[in-house]
Amino acid sequence: MSEEPAIEAEGLVKRFGKTRALDGVDLTVPRGTVYGLLGPNGAGKTTAVRVLSTLMKPDGGHARVLGNDVVTHAQDVRDSIGLTGQYAALDEYLTGRANLVMIGQLSRLTAKAAKRRADELIERFGLAKAANRAVKTYSGGMRRRLDLAASLIAHPQVLFLDEPTTGLDPSARALMWDIVRQLVADGTTLLLTTQYLDEADQLAGRIAVIDTGKVIAEGTPTQLKASLGGRRLLLTLAEGVDAAAAAEALAPFATGPVSSGGTADPSRGEQSPDDSSRLLEVPVTASDGLATEVLRALDAAGVKVSDIAVRTASLDDVFLTLTGHVAEERKEGVPA
Amino acid sequence: MTAVTALPAADLTTGRNAVAQFMGDVWVLTKRSIARIRNEPETLSNVTIQPVMFVLMFTYVFGGAIGLGGGGSYHSYLIGGMLGMSLAQTAPGTAVAVVSDMSTGLIDRFRSLPMSRAAVLTARTLADLLTQAIGVVVVAAVGLAIGWRITTGVGDAVEAFALALLFGYAFTWAGICLGMVLRSPEAAQQTGFIIFLPLTFISSAFVPTQSMPGWLQPVAEWNPMTSLAAATRQLFGNPNPAAAVHAWPEQHAALAVVCWAIGMLVVFAPLAVRLYRNKNS
Repeated sequence: MSEEPAIEAEGLVKRFGKTRALDGVDLTVPRGTVYGLLGPNGAGKTTAVRVLSTLMKPDGGHARVLGNDVVTHAQDVRDSIGLTGQYAALDEYLTGRANLVMIGQLSRLTAKAAKRRADELIERFGLAKAANRAVKTYSGGMRRRLDLAASLIAHPQVLFLDEPTTGLDPSARALMWDIVRQLVADGTTLLLTTQYLDEADQLAGRIAVIDTGKVIAEGTPTQLKASLGGRRLLLTLAEGVDAAAAAEALAPFATGPVSSGGTADPSRGEQSPDDSSRLLEVPVTASDGLATEVLRALDAAGVKVSDIAVRTASLDDVFLTLTGHVAEERKEGVPA
Repeated sequence: MTAVTALPAADLTTGRNAVAQFMGDVWVLTKRSIARIRNEPETLSNVTIQPVMFVLMFTYVFGGAIGLGGGGSYHSYLIGGMLGMSLAQTAPGTAVAVVSDMSTGLIDRFRSLPMSRAAVLTARTLADLLTQAIGVVVVAAVGLAIGWRITTGVGDAVEAFALALLFGYAFTWAGICLGMVLRSPEAAQQTGFIIFLPLTFISSAFVPTQSMPGWLQPVAEWNPMTSLAAATRQLFGNPNPAAAVHAWPEQHAALAVVCWAIGMLVVFAPLAVRLYRNKNS
């Protein structure tokens, strides 16, 4: 059955003064899929969500949600969407349950249906104990869950999640991921924005990488990771080893330029200055047995290695590769 | 692909007409504001404790020093002015509530729902009207306790209270506009104070305008607060020195209040709706 996509955007432009927050964004999100908008702060992700959810009018281009234009048929769009913004959109002074019932009724549910749905969602999102407490007593993770429950109360066909896990601790984040996966199983179409590559990777079927208002790459996570050098191989060479010889031995594995020195992963701790020339970072494509093969090749070339680690490409890596600049502020030692 | 489970039509109000939906939305949102008051009754202090304090302080601290010209006791004179003060000063509270809603993202959520957009503001004003009604009752009660009396009939008294609430309702829309253009609750509080304090004091709310310097008198005479105080004093049968002032608003005080209220509603209600529609869009 051929259906129109859940979300379609063509050449969306939104200006704030001289800044073009959206600079010709095209998106197509098929129904029943999860689509990730990945980008740093200020990339235009939130603006895109605000335009698609009818909160803002675009200055140029068109967008349709389930075939309804977001400007000319905004009310029809609002009938079929749910929105969870970056900041919990709840009444702090009402109880969790009262918030859900209120938003249910404002979403065109009868009072009875709103109460029933509120109870279902409270149960499902593990908020039963806190349901009759004022929201201002809730933790960050509880607020996000309640906020998400509120946007689900009228069974929206399309759900916008703007940075659903920013600022959450790892366990609250994992819980949000589980909830999002359940939604997908229910058939909801989801547009999710995130600053985290792993989040997009975990949840989204397709990802658009967005920077300074433009989509700069689009594809499945696998496609993107392949093109972005999904893994980073971090090597510390033994003392006295020629870095150039090591780089040569690593060349067959590298999907991008081999860098040495200061781009080391911060989680590896402080390196003394002597060590920095012995550090090599190699973008590679993940595969089984990769580290073994690399060590074998280095051994064959007579290069001794004192430490080896593989890490996932970070958002910084993605941006460095795609845009040639580092996300947010420039870091020392990273070539611009 | 699984289809999203749609809700049965019996669970939805989409079949109702636009007016019924609007009224439903207004009711849900008004209940929200009332629930807020129930959960935090201290938010009512501006219409409960404050007017009591002001009535008592003005009566017993300044009352003896303020001459009414035409005679009459100050506590009988004061209540008409105090009604105006306690109503007008709910407007900064409205502005604070609007700014808070805007800053929490709740309004964004409302704007993404298929609800009526005008309902959000209408509900705010209705909840504030309820607050103002409480304020009117408190002022009247403390007035009665210190010896203020209505010497006219029930009809006149009802008219006076109705005028007061109409006046307060118009100020609420001004408060919404203020809340829409300011960025923080603190800014709303401060700006509200700067606007509403002179508005209250450069009027006949607490002292007859005749006691003011000549250049200030016209300002006070044309202040809507003066009209409300004069109208309610006249209707309650309280001392009303404004009757001796020849300016039009003093001679037609009740009509002046109605004109002021309609004028403010005509200006501020559409402006508030417009500001709300365009907020962050």
